[in-house]
Amino acid sequence: MDLLIFQVPILMVQASLDGILLGILFALIAYGMALQWGVMNIINIAQGDLVILGGYITYFMYLSGIHPALGVIVAPAIMYFVGVGLYKLVINKVVDRDLFISILATFGISILFMQLMNFVFGADVVLANSEFGTTMLFNNSVTLPNSKLFSALISIIFAIGLVVYMKKSKLGRAIRATAQNARAAKILGVDTEKVYAATFGINAALCGVAGSLVAITFTIHPYMGLPYTIRSFMIVIIAGLGNLPGVAISGMGLGMFEEFADYILGTEFRIGSVFLLLVLILVYRRFKLSKKREYLK
Amino acid sequence: MNKNIILYSAILIFGVLAPFMLPAFKVQLSILCILIVLALTWNIQGGEMGYNSFGNILFYGLGMYICASAQVGMFFPLAEWTESGGEKTFVHSPTQFFQGMAFGLLLAAIIPTIVAGMIGYAILGLRGHYFAICTLGLGVAAGEISGGIEIIGAGQGFTTPPFPNVGSLESRGQFFYFLSFIVLVLTFITVKSVYSTRFRLVLNAIRDNEDKAEAMGIQTMKYKIIGWMISAFFCGLAGGIMGGLVGYIDSTDVAFDGREMGVFMVLMAILGGKGTLWGPVIGATLFHLFKEGFWTYFLGWQYVALGVLIVVIVIYFPEGLMGWLREKYPERFGEVVDEADRKAQVELK
Repeated sequence: MDLLIFQVPILMVQASLDGILLGILFALIAYGMALQWGVMNIINIAQGDLVILGGYITYFMYLSGIHPALGVIVAPAIMYFVGVGLYKLVINKVVDRDLFISILATFGISILFMQLMNFVFGADVVLANSEFGTTMLFNNSVTLPNSKLFSALISIIFAIGLVVYMKKSKLGRAIRATAQNARAAKILGVDTEKVYAATFGINAALCGVAGSLVAITFTIHPYMGLPYTIRSFMIVIIAGLGNLPGVAISGMGLGMFEEFADYILGTEFRIGSVFLLLVLILVYRRFKLSKKREYLK
Repeated sequence: MNKNIILYSAILIFGVLAPFMLPAFKVQLSILCILIVLALTWNIQGGEMGYNSFGNILFYGLGMYICASAQVGMFFPLAEWTESGGEKTFVHSPTQFFQGMAFGLLLAAIIPTIVAGMIGYAILGLRGHYFAICTLGLGVAAGEISGGIEIIGAGQGFTTPPFPNVGSLESRGQFFYFLSFIVLVLTFITVKSVYSTRFRLVLNAIRDNEDKAEAMGIQTMKYKIIGWMISAFFCGLAGGIMGGLVGYIDSTDVAFDGREMGVFMVLMAILGGKGTLWGPVIGATLFHLFKEGFWTYFLGWQYVALGVLIVVIVIYFPEGLMGWLREKYPERFGEVVDEADRKAQVELK
């Protein structure tokens, strides 16, 4: 326990600011998860590993001398095809099966990705330095790396872009129709198989964007995937499927929770507190619903 | 019935003689026993009750830490022990070691059972994938949090007391083998006798339709919690033995190893066929052979192979070996088969 944050209130500003900027990034990943969960009824445990893979793409661009900020364009383009390939290989076989099958299958994919990345990229913690510099606020007592602002900005741009795309484009309409009723959509001539592949690809592309932002603002490591999956799952169950403002707000809330937990409990309990929060939220909702003799569906 | 007695006694005799016949594989056989215990207990939730838990690893890890802490803490200050790390400033005498182990295993079985009873009411109210994800979070959280607690070694790990100098060189392996074999036999007897009562029918009713089971007047929550407590009891014991066997406890790599043990137990039960008594036993044996093969011949690539194995098993063999056999030879499983119906099905194919 460390109560420094209460003695020096300016740290609260720091933690909140960091948390909100971090939360916007989480919300982007959660948006991808909500999309595939809503459309394909799949919970993808490998979500976080897709994020880390996107991060490595950016990292290698950085190593070969290209500015990592360009990663937000390149990584999603590559990750889209990774996602579609993954769908064709594995996911299409679990789409209409029991949810647990999809959880376990994607868990296997997650382990596979983790280990392959560990082999190919090495087990070091790496980051892609964007050299954006830092802004000092409040008389130099709050530091704000510009890369975090950049990441929040890019996340918002991509999220809004996707919302508009889903509303206006033909594929977006097909995706929404499939989400509402896959059978009816099929009857009306929507190629649901293609829609599923595209959805998974779009999700992977979103993960790619988020991953390159993670590589720029924080660090990446082959084994860091699972916490991102759990965070996005948590954001989705707090906000509910298809509630976009909710996703953004609960993402920011989670980011702030994490930063405060980091200050108060210490960095070694940061990830642990995220997982514990997930358990607590689920248990809270379970008790709330059980009063009405219902359960989480 | 007669055939069963022959089968069981053959297995028992093999189990007792195994460390003498195959002295080089004692550790492997002990690990196999532990794996079977974990698969059997997972099957109570995942197979019979339909609650796919990733969180039984919580009890395994708890048992491991509790057993080792009790074994050390009974005789020496625990904080100094973990502080000194691998260097042995304190040495257990043989009596101290065995007393500590016995007491430690007792606690390692009881405390996880109590924990399961306490969190059971909250966690088991969740259903389906929410339960799966919640228990996954629980296991990982336990690993992360125990990795931050100083007194049990935090990030640097916890060295369990080394085996004292008694008997020959073989005695350490034999001791741990027989310990795990006894736990395996106990687990099997418990699970088998539990399955032969109404309890199994209740669990199956919960799996098939929980709302209807409740409407029939079954107190589902009570049975779910009891089932989880049985699992926790044996998972804790298994963890305690495994801690002594490995000799070193690390929070995320040995104790709360959701990436390995936590998935293994699910996989073993599914591979053998969940919802059957023998499925987990067969699945665990096959899986252990697979795993050792991978670990020996594809060293470095073993996790990649493991990931592929998970995907293949889950997608192509979700019913497992026993499920496949059951479809092929339904008469053997006591199902009444209508010959005409069967012929019609074959013709349809």
